[in-house]
Amino acid sequence: MGVGIEVTTLNAWYGTNHALQDINVNISANQATALIGPSGCGKSTFVRCLNRMHETIPVARVTGTVLIGDLDIYKDITPVEIRRRVGMVFQRPNPFPTMSIYENVAAGLKLNGYSSRHVLDEIVERSLRNSALWDEVKDDLKKKSGASLSGGQQQRLCIARALAVDPEVLLMDEPASALDPVSTAKIEDLIFQLKAQYTIVIVTHNMQQAARVAEKTGFFLNGRMVEFDSTDKIFTNPSDKRTEDYITGRFG
Amino acid sequence: MGGYTRSAIVNALRTGIRGQRSVKNTGEGKLKNEHKIRAKIRALCDGAVTGLAVLATVLVVAPLVAIFVYLVYKGASSLNLAFFIEVPKPVGEVGGGMANAILGSAILLAVGSAIGVPVGIAGGIFLAEYGRGTKLANAVRFTADVLNGVPSIVMGIAIYSLIVVPQGHFSAFSGGVALGIMMIPTVCRTTEEMLLMVPNAVREAALALGVPNWRSVLAITVKTASPGIITGCMLAFARVAGETAPLIFTAFGNVGWNARLDEPIAALPLQIYVYALSPYDDWHRLAWAGSLVLIVLIVLAVSLVRYVTSRGVLKGAS
Amino acid sequence: MTRIRFQQNLEELKEKLLVMAGLAEQAIQRAIDAYRKRDLSICDQVSRGEIDINRMEREIDQAALDLLAMEQPMAGDLRFILSVIKINAELERVGDAAESISDRVRHMERMAAAELPVNIPKMATMASAMVHKSLQSFIEADAEMARSVLTMDDAVDAMKKADFKSLMKVMEEQSHLAPQALNALMISRSLERVADHATNIAEDVIFWVEGEDVRHHKSLNINAAQ
Repeated sequence: MGVGIEVTTLNAWYGTNHALQDINVNISANQATALIGPSGCGKSTFVRCLNRMHETIPVARVTGTVLIGDLDIYKDITPVEIRRRVGMVFQRPNPFPTMSIYENVAAGLKLNGYSSRHVLDEIVERSLRNSALWDEVKDDLKKKSGASLSGGQQQRLCIARALAVDPEVLLMDEPASALDPVSTAKIEDLIFQLKAQYTIVIVTHNMQQAARVAEKTGFFLNGRMVEFDSTDKIFTNPSDKRTEDYITGRFG
Repeated sequence: MGGYTRSAIVNALRTGIRGQRSVKNTGEGKLKNEHKIRAKIRALCDGAVTGLAVLATVLVVAPLVAIFVYLVYKGASSLNLAFFIEVPKPVGEVGGGMANAILGSAILLAVGSAIGVPVGIAGGIFLAEYGRGTKLANAVRFTADVLNGVPSIVMGIAIYSLIVVPQGHFSAFSGGVALGIMMIPTVCRTTEEMLLMVPNAVREAALALGVPNWRSVLAITVKTASPGIITGCMLAFARVAGETAPLIFTAFGNVGWNARLDEPIAALPLQIYVYALSPYDDWHRLAWAGSLVLIVLIVLAVSLVRYVTSRGVLKGAS
Repeated sequence: MTRIRFQQNLEELKEKLLVMAGLAEQAIQRAIDAYRKRDLSICDQVSRGEIDINRMEREIDQAALDLLAMEQPMAGDLRFILSVIKINAELERVGDAAESISDRVRHMERMAAAELPVNIPKMATMASAMVHKSLQSFIEADAEMARSVLTMDDAVDAMKKADFKSLMKVMEEQSHLAPQALNALMISRSLERVADHATNIAEDVIFWVEGEDVRHHKSLNINAAQ
């Protein structure tokens, strides 16, 4: 089951660049929340603060509190542990190139010490079913490498890989931006189904996608969260003029 | 009378006397001509550069082929079973072989690889994964480059002072150490290059799964780069397999069997060197045969490693 | 300014709607004129105008549909286009009401003149003023002006109720005047409908400008009070 995320006064820096300023937001459990905004507005940085991937960059710094469930992820838990509970899917599909489909999905488990063949088989199948990829690859699990699939399939493979470690939250950083409309539609349907079990945060450039998938939407601009509200309100009658300008495509 | 009719008459007059050539002088003909000339020049340049490239390739490959052919010519006749299983006969006697040198080279290379490969790979991993951009990494890289430039004879003398003198005797161990140290820079730099070529997306994918960094480095990044890393090791191996100078003051050579690390040991390049400088025809023949065998063995070793590793690693990935 | 072409298309859509508005207002004016002057030629004008109104309605709906499909409008733009579509429909019905009235005027001509205790011209003026004001509020995107139209509706409703009462009385007590009374009743009802359409237009304007759906507020309030 998914958990809620509570962010309080989150600030993030890359060296001297103040990338996120005083972000306060509550993300509900078992919902999809979309984050929209122009390039460089901080939405990707924000999402990376939720699983502490922001810290992999040497000059990165974070202040503020992020509670996932009841855990303060910057105080109560190590980065490695939080990443097992908060999964991430990236913009460009990045399956492990030297591994087969099976090994890719099982990677998170194997590398963390699980080795029971029976259990792994089960989890791999379940994850691939949950990411709507099972039927397409079930005969080639160990024969085909992860990189030999099409773009859309690769992305679903990455989703399966993230789901295999059974996270509570799934972060998706523009998951469909490199995909064609049919693959995009499949991924969006998938997100709909995943909502029941996970809390999903999805960063997207594509406002129509946000509108289709998410219950709540947050608009980022220049490192601040300008508005956060139910998706239909944001897209039919936003409160802030800046949001309206961005959504209607009017700048200047 | 339109302009068309006039130029038609002029054209007719021109072509009538001079044939097709004079069409060149009309406006339209001039343009066509220019195109033709330009096309011809382009074709010429194309051909010239292609020719140069082929010539360069031939110049590079030719000596290699020449050497190999010459070695076969000079050495093949001396190859017989005895060469591979007998030790050298005393001076003056005909026959014998280089079996001890072949074994010795194998042992020296094994010791050298045992030192050079792990240290080199570890260094490469540090440079690429842990120390990127740090001053320490720059220092390590610089040291590796310097080490690479040390003349092999100097390496031999250094190991002589550091190991042979305190131990009081020449040994296979000291020879292996010398070779190993010479392998380190090549292995280290290639490992670093190959690791840097692994896209960051792969590292991020591993980290995002909650895999500790060390595990991600070893199980994912290094594994992805392993074909290149292995190539680097093979390059280093092939290079030191033929080194003679560092072995002169360390392994020293041995006319008899030795498989012990604490005693002097024969080595193919060393043996060839000694035999080549000797005044005996018999030994000269053995030297030629030895050279041929050395090259063939190196090629075999490298091919074997390639074959073994290609079966496991890269199925389906591009 | 980005999306210039879209902006221009929105402007064109607005202009088309204003043309439609002009046609509708003109239709009502003519119908009322025809009533006052009992001039059948003006009735013919109204009928001819109806053709233009119907054509414009289809044109506007098609243009709006195209914009929805091609430009993926959001927020204010989306509400604007939706309002245009709805106001378009209301204006077409205003045209229909004008046609009804002019039809009634034709019938009136065949009857004897009669003195009736109703003030059609006054009601007509009010209804016409409401239409005009609601369209003005659209042109100026003025939600306050639109709200004032909503309050004017009560007066027109009251007038219609009074008219019905008095005309019913006439029909009972002076049955030879029943045809004329019935005629006047239908004209009164048409005018009340025109006022309703004006109210709807005003509500659509408020929805566009403020994003608030203020329709059926009376019945909703009654239900809430209960």
